[in-house]
Amino acid sequence: MAKPKIATTSLAGCFGCHMSILDIDERILELVELVDFDKSPIDDIKEFHHRCAVGLIEGGCANEENVRVLKDFRRHCDILISLGECAILGGIPALRNTIPLQECLDEAYLNGPSVYNPAKTIPNDPEIPLLLNKVYPCHEVVKIDYFLQGCPPRADAIWETLVALLTDKPVDLPYDLIKYD
Amino acid sequence: MSENWQTMVKDVCARCGNDRTRMMDIVRLVQQECGCVSGEAMDLIARQVDTHRVEVESVVSFYAFLSNRPKGKIVIRLCNDVIDEMFGARRVAQAFEQQLGIEFGQTTPDGLISLEHTPCIGMCDQAPAALVNDVVVTYLSRDKVGDIVSTLKSDPDPRKLVHKLGDGNNASELVQSMVHNNIRRKGPVIFDPLPNGEALKRCLALSPAEVIRDVKTARLRGRGGAGFPTGMKWEFARAAAGAKKFVICNADEGEPGTFKDRVLLTERADMLFEGMTIAGYAIGSDTGILYLRGEYAYLRAFLEDVLHQRRNAGLLGKAVCGKQGFDFDIRIQMGAGAYICGEETALISSCEGLRGDPKNRPPFPAQKGYLERPTIVNNVETFCCVTRILDRGPAWFAEKGSKGSPGTKLLSVCGDCKQPGVYEVLFGITLAELLKMVGAEDAKAVQVGGPSGQLVGPSDYQRTICYDDLATGGSIMVFGPNRDILPLVDKFMEFFIEETCGYCTPCRVGNVLLRQKLQEIMAGKGEAADLDYLEDLGQSIVTASRCGLGQTSANPILTSLKNFRGEYTSRLIEPEKGMKPTFDIQAAVREAAAIAGRGPAHS
Repeated sequence: MAKPKIATTSLAGCFGCHMSILDIDERILELVELVDFDKSPIDDIKEFHHRCAVGLIEGGCANEENVRVLKDFRRHCDILISLGECAILGGIPALRNTIPLQECLDEAYLNGPSVYNPAKTIPNDPEIPLLLNKVYPCHEVVKIDYFLQGCPPRADAIWETLVALLTDKPVDLPYDLIKYD
Repeated sequence: MSENWQTMVKDVCARCGNDRTRMMDIVRLVQQECGCVSGEAMDLIARQVDTHRVEVESVVSFYAFLSNRPKGKIVIRLCNDVIDEMFGARRVAQAFEQQLGIEFGQTTPDGLISLEHTPCIGMCDQAPAALVNDVVVTYLSRDKVGDIVSTLKSDPDPRKLVHKLGDGNNASELVQSMVHNNIRRKGPVIFDPLPNGEALKRCLALSPAEVIRDVKTARLRGRGGAGFPTGMKWEFARAAAGAKKFVICNADEGEPGTFKDRVLLTERADMLFEGMTIAGYAIGSDTGILYLRGEYAYLRAFLEDVLHQRRNAGLLGKAVCGKQGFDFDIRIQMGAGAYICGEETALISSCEGLRGDPKNRPPFPAQKGYLERPTIVNNVETFCCVTRILDRGPAWFAEKGSKGSPGTKLLSVCGDCKQPGVYEVLFGITLAELLKMVGAEDAKAVQVGGPSGQLVGPSDYQRTICYDDLATGGSIMVFGPNRDILPLVDKFMEFFIEETCGYCTPCRVGNVLLRQKLQEIMAGKGEAADLDYLEDLGQSIVTASRCGLGQTSANPILTSLKNFRGEYTSRLIEPEKGMKPTFDIQAAVREAAAIAGRGPAHS
């Protein structure tokens, strides 16, 4: 039987959660025994090739491209996991949610104290995806099956979760793995 | 000028004994004089009563009728509860905004008139209604607004708005109100004639233990809604340690759709005060407090006068009715617009000069209540029943009504019925019988017990009104065949979101989430799983909230889901599997597209 597939992505995130995936260290060798990676920055596969058992989502949705990718994940994955603070609640990018979009752009490209922009242009190439009016947590866009909290979630938590899901056991993380304060 | 207000504030504090537990009175009086309780006034009050500014500020910021910023000389508080809106409160609101050129929450530039909304003011039988300062104006309509505004502009005395006085004591010199009693049905317990002072004399011929025995034999249960056995509560308070005990009457009738206490206070004040006096004798207390909701301030002078007359007649004061060793007097504590203060421990907090926060239980008020002393808190109607029990005897009372619910119940009926008003009915009446009585046989739904009660439909109309089946503190709202149910539920949720004290998270946050989901469903963006979400979250709020408000706040959702599920399911949609129908990509990129001057790449 073919190994189950997993996919990962970083939407409006900092790749910290992906670093934490890599922090499972040498267990990544065990992981590739268990699974194949499909679409993921880890193997740099850009689009889905197969149906996946699990999709790990880092980051919330800040622009239309994030939404497209997230919906694509939903369509291709049996189980979706919001991985970390930004996917679950919007995180740091969502700090802009109380500020009108125009003000955010002006501050970032025109008025910020460290901005050097003599042409006074705000990037507007058609290749650049449009920003959403605010940053959305993933579960407001698609149905999310599991939430793995942390900034980032600990490598051990990611490992335990994946192994449990892939071996069809209940996900039962010990308290100290999900306790952060 | 600046010295004047300081003298005034100091004077007010001194009149209240520089006692910080009288904070409600102090800030009310200061506001009456200055129009608001400013930051400087709070500082001065704090110094005078030896407390911290934050203690004063927490009170001023908590109550809807108190403000730290000046408002208009006249504040128009238009009731916007469900019933008032059914009868055109929104059109009235628009008319006020047009006439005054301001929006709700604003004050006219000349500082004359402020416009505000307020939840139920106890006038649902004569809706739409508003408070203009303390004056109640009823049966409002679009057409009347122009007249009201021009009257107030020519003479800023709200009393000028009262053209025709109401019936009974509403017309008395000390009330002078246009409110109508709307007593539709008189029953034997409350509305039979009652000789003043006789029940009290009968009581004083007994020992306190015998009085409690009589109340227990009558099997009287609290009329406020929870239905705790009154005699048992009194026994606990009597047995509790300490010489100083208190009798508090809860006249903070705030459950939307309830107005029976208004009628009792107007027409049965003696009966109420006599019941409180009997309670004082029974538990060994010399002090009674009537906690009167701010909305009923128009009754205050009248009630003070009734107390005065009772003192003159020897029915209050030193050695009541000549009974040596039994002194009892009653003072009135005004509330200031907070539904939560109808919850007994929140009411006690408010009497103590604090925010209306509920307290942890145990200890129960009967052990440690007002100022940590044993305290009984009973509803207005309960005290009236006590007087009748002592008047006619417990056996007479106990055989009225139904088995587990002796006596009669006052119901405030309003909404889509021919005869809204107060009905005194025997416990055990079916909803169908009641609906016939009030002229609403075609009702689509009935909200029994206010928003915190249950919404029932025709399949429940054979159920009976009593503690063991459909319990109610008195509120019965009737909704006719053409009413849409979900907007009513939405309105009730708005009410709880507004009135939560904010102390515990399930109630403060949970209800906002419930309403959000409800509105999504109403907007045609709900899916089947959302109903499970509503039920789960509602149940969590019921289980995890700290006080009665929170524990019942999810009821509009939970009971309408149970009894009117079709109203929800007919609005549900089936989205693409796994996608959230509430997320609208077009709306989400609209702003950025406008800024960038291009359309979205994906849809």
